[in-house]
Amino acid sequence: MRTSTVIVAALVIGSAAAAWWTLAKPQPWTEEETRLVQSLGLASLPPLPADPSNAVAVDPDAASLGKALFFDTRLSANNKVACGTCHLPDRQFQDDLPRAKGVGETARRTMPIAGTAYSPWVFWDGRKDSQWAQALGPLESAVEHGTDRAYIAHLIEAHYADQYAALFGPLPTLDAVPDHASPNGLGAVLEDWLALDESQKDAINRVFADVGKAIAAYERTITPQPSRFDAYVDHLAAGEDTSGILSDQEEDGLRLFVGKGECTKCHNGPLLTDNFFHNTGVTAVPGLPGDLGRSVAVEQVLADPFNCLGPYSDAGPGDCAELRYLGQAGHEMIRAYKPPSLRGVASRPPYMHAGQIATLGEVLVHYNTAPAAPDGHSELAPLNLNPTELAALEAFLGALDPIEGQP
Amino acid sequence: MSNLITRRRLLWSVPVALLAVGGIAVAKMMQPPPADLDLSLAKPTEQGLYTASVEPGLSPITVGTMHGWVVQITTPDGRPVDQASITVDGGMPQHGHGLPTEPDVSADLGAGRYQVDGMKFNMPGWWVVNLSVDGPAGPDTVTFNLVL
Repeated sequence: MRTSTVIVAALVIGSAAAAWWTLAKPQPWTEEETRLVQSLGLASLPPLPADPSNAVAVDPDAASLGKALFFDTRLSANNKVACGTCHLPDRQFQDDLPRAKGVGETARRTMPIAGTAYSPWVFWDGRKDSQWAQALGPLESAVEHGTDRAYIAHLIEAHYADQYAALFGPLPTLDAVPDHASPNGLGAVLEDWLALDESQKDAINRVFADVGKAIAAYERTITPQPSRFDAYVDHLAAGEDTSGILSDQEEDGLRLFVGKGECTKCHNGPLLTDNFFHNTGVTAVPGLPGDLGRSVAVEQVLADPFNCLGPYSDAGPGDCAELRYLGQAGHEMIRAYKPPSLRGVASRPPYMHAGQIATLGEVLVHYNTAPAAPDGHSELAPLNLNPTELAALEAFLGALDPIEGQP
Repeated sequence: MSNLITRRRLLWSVPVALLAVGGIAVAKMMQPPPADLDLSLAKPTEQGLYTASVEPGLSPITVGTMHGWVVQITTPDGRPVDQASITVDGGMPQHGHGLPTEPDVSADLGAGRYQVDGMKFNMPGWWVVNLSVDGPAGPDTVTFNLVL
């Protein structure tokens, strides 16, 4: 054998071995990757931000009242639907259904609650700007609780008057208020609302807002719980041995998550969401009304009397920066929806804003192939991940589940 | 002999090429900003009409945190420019999207200093912030780069 042939053979084998080793063995993280990985851990989560729009946000008595209201099915048209009907505490406060079922069926997937106190915008399209303003929406939705604000005010008077008064002061006199009335109602419910004088409307709105504020005080206590991924990050940050915390496949998936998978474009920070809105080309559900996502929600949140700048907000001058600097929704907000936190994502199919995709594997295929959007423009570009890489990413997402025994 | 060296060079190029391809793949994954990015926070405007400097109110700037910047506008020879009109926009050049907010001047602090509020960056990576300045010398623009 010629010397040169031996050299060629040795180098080819050596290169192949090096390439195999590179692909097969866990590699140390680069400084940039380490920084990014650490930024995703719960240890990087700041304390809960204040909600200046809700004076009782951190009041334990408000949280206690809020919890009672959250699970009270009397807050519905058929006495069967509470917040907790769709936001199930033992299921990450969601319901495992493509679209929520209240007194009817909604057009959107129930969202989990943990960590929403960190989010400047609530709902898939962010049409509410606080937990308390959000809580009011389903109460008056014809397909969720199916009630109205006058009914809710009477219900507080009948069942929660003392707890309410201790927190918010005496209830207004509701004797002259009809059983049902709301500006969001239909027929007689709307007519009865329009017949009220301004002080009556204001009194009802205030009780209604206070109900939201109490529920928000409870929801604020629902926080994300540590996962195996967080244990991995803690060890990484401390310079300790991380072996055995994640499987090799999960670690490969994490590397893809912060790298080639481009997941952290939108799923960043310790809650793994940027709390903004993105069109990712998710298909429309046949039979549902048209849904333009964030592009119409911007006007809704600006016009909402229960927003941070509204008369029922407790915020002072200088607060509400998110709303003040919200700006206008551009073309890129058509069919844009909020990236949900990926914490616990593997154990809560189906996925997307209307439950369009049944499994996490199919979600990853969606991002890998980047289909065109039904309206507006998808921000995605094909990722060209191979099946091994997709499987690794899916395995990693499983490591974001709360550690056993925690909600 | 010289023939063998050429072959050796050729053979060495195999692992070198593999490393290079690997390096490009990693670089693409992390989408680094251009290596020669000007990260200075004080610079002349495009036409040289003013000098602009910015002081982010958050150091380091973190992803997703709303904060304010102080912008200072001076003439090229360092005299403060008062009563300038300043507008702010920006975005991520590698992703083709703008800022998640519409920042605005909230106060004229005097001495050519302006408070800009509503700054927020919702992704890690390379961001640009464009200031349009209209003052006594006329309109001009300046772009600052940030890497989060």
